[in-house]
Amino acid sequence: MSSDPAHGTPPGTPAASAGPAVTGPEAHVMVGNADLFVNWARKSSLWYLLFATACCGIELMQAGASRYDMDRFGAVFRATPRQSDLMLVAGTITHKMAERVKRLYDQMPEPKYVIAMGSCANTGGPFFKDSYCVVKGVDLVIPVDVFIPGCPPRPEALIDGIMRLQKIIMQKKNYGAKA
Amino acid sequence: MTIRTDALPTQEMTINMGPQHPSTHGVLRVILTTDGEVVTRAVPDVGYLHRGLEKIGERVTYAQYMPFTDRLDYLAAMNCNCAWAWTVEKLAKIEVPERAEFLRVIVCELNRISSHLIAFGSYTADMGAFTPFLYAIRERERVNDLFEMLCGSRLTYNYARVGGVSADAPPGFLEKSKEFLDYFEPKLDEYNNLISYNKIFVHRLANVAVIPAEEAVAYGLTGPNLRGSGVPFDLRKDEPYSVYPKFDFKVCVGTGERGTLGDCFDRYMVRINEMRESAKIVRQALAQIPDGPVLAKVPRLFKPPVGEAYFRSECPRGETGIYLISDGSVNPFRLKIRTGSFVTMNIFEKVTRGLMIADVVAVIGSFDIILPEIDR
Amino acid sequence: MEAQAIFETLKGKFGDAVVELQGEGFSPAFVVVAPGAVKEVSRFLKEDPALSFDALMCLSGVDYKEKFAVAYHLHSLKHRHAIGMKAFLPRETPSLPTVDDVWPAANFQEREAFDLFGIVFEGSKDLRRILLPEDWEGHPLRKDYKYPDFYHGIKV
Repeated sequence: MSSDPAHGTPPGTPAASAGPAVTGPEAHVMVGNADLFVNWARKSSLWYLLFATACCGIELMQAGASRYDMDRFGAVFRATPRQSDLMLVAGTITHKMAERVKRLYDQMPEPKYVIAMGSCANTGGPFFKDSYCVVKGVDLVIPVDVFIPGCPPRPEALIDGIMRLQKIIMQKKNYGAKA
Repeated sequence: MTIRTDALPTQEMTINMGPQHPSTHGVLRVILTTDGEVVTRAVPDVGYLHRGLEKIGERVTYAQYMPFTDRLDYLAAMNCNCAWAWTVEKLAKIEVPERAEFLRVIVCELNRISSHLIAFGSYTADMGAFTPFLYAIRERERVNDLFEMLCGSRLTYNYARVGGVSADAPPGFLEKSKEFLDYFEPKLDEYNNLISYNKIFVHRLANVAVIPAEEAVAYGLTGPNLRGSGVPFDLRKDEPYSVYPKFDFKVCVGTGERGTLGDCFDRYMVRINEMRESAKIVRQALAQIPDGPVLAKVPRLFKPPVGEAYFRSECPRGETGIYLISDGSVNPFRLKIRTGSFVTMNIFEKVTRGLMIADVVAVIGSFDIILPEIDR
Repeated sequence: MEAQAIFETLKGKFGDAVVELQGEGFSPAFVVVAPGAVKEVSRFLKEDPALSFDALMCLSGVDYKEKFAVAYHLHSLKHRHAIGMKAFLPRETPSLPTVDDVWPAANFQEREAFDLFGIVFEGSKDLRRILLPEDWEGHPLRKDYKYPDFYHGIKV
């Protein structure tokens, strides 16, 4: 059985039918790729900052609650940026808020990821043309990894976005010459 | 030995709560001045979600403005949709088919239930009980399913139109609504057993932030916050609009059952009881709904006559009044939205004086504010 | 009480300070008062037992292009009647007395009118920008407002 990063099997898991049972100290040794292991750990505990500014925040709440239960993907909400790995920008960012978004992003520890959820965070959404105080996309303020379209996106779309981010994380190279 | 009063000197401290805080229900910022744990002054700083909805209203047509009213109060988008439609109809004196009015009342009341469910769920979560939140979302998902069936969207519906509603109820919608009510009404007793009369919960809310009736009126409070102070004023009853006079329902008011009249617990209980009344209204509307068209003939590029109108309707967070000025062109000349949450925030500084920091969270939750309504 | 009767009561009490009644096409009708008399008229509307407008529902600034106006929507919980009150202001110096000591509800809404229209409410206990940042330039709901190009380096 090969380890399959896309499906959440930890890399280096010993094969189930590997001949006679191994005993002694070598039973506690796993050989694997350090990048795979670290990335797997990171993608499986994406604690997100509960950063609900507008409508999308409600879908974010509902995605984290009874029916959609985002905890399944290791995504649990945190109230403070200092404990978060992922910033889910759920909603409109105004010019008054932009500075705060930047500050919250700076407070998050590395490695950190950003998902822009919904049209407002992507481009300003319905407020793009006529509003005088909406930032036309949160990527003008902080770097964004995944954009999720929709006004607001359904919880399924949000979960899809998180899974895409997990794929991105799995491709990261943390060690080795090319790191 | 004498106790020295200066042994533990206290100093006033300024604490910033928000705009990113899980229990301010959005991007509200409160600047707290505290003496130890006691709040001496709590100044709300709003505007972090000011999207210029009123300016946008001057730059789009009457029909195009409908989706923006969804975003005015996304927890009660149906109510805001209908408020806008009713305002324009009042200004232009448009007759709406009766079936459309019934459908509007059904969706408004269902939306009131789902909005109060969020108020209930997030309030209990703020008070440290996370489980009721999951219960509330479980029921809310069912309302979302109903609305999805009706207009294809879970949160921002864009369902009402000037002169009616966008589409008739699809086959099975009315039956499913009734099924939902059958399922939902017993759940209210479950909530009361689960949390409402829980001793810790009651202690957190009772006698906190008491607003006497005169003060509530003077500060312009409306909706559940006003009724929580014992004032039986409900626009659906006292200034009836749409087809509300056809229905029999009770105006829920605070009774001071666990503390002083007008405390956080009363405001909380008003919402719980209102869900029951809303369910009653929906039941009656489902039974009485007539057949017929759902959209009056309104020209696509519609120009209302010159004039000014102010229409008040009862939204889950209080009165949503829209002051609309028309100069006879296709765009509104000026549009001002008076919302319950914005006016409620005015009393915040007064009621939080002398409370504990943890009680400030209780006050914010008991007002059931929502930030886009405050900031627009 | 009907709008016409309210208007006549006010006219009898305040004379020329009460200018006219805007009835046709207005719902509710507006009593137009001189800006300087807003506070006295408000106090009378609130305290007169036959009127007792105890709630200020809505306070809006309006830009009528050639002049500004402040519109007050009043409601009485006791008598269940409603009226509008309006004061027209010159465009150059839009200012009028505050009513936040008559109706405490006015404070936030006056701050909003100040923020978005630049209308000054004299004697207000706390007149600051409320929705926009402190260093925002201009008053966006004025009809001649030009959208800025940048705010703090971010394109508007």
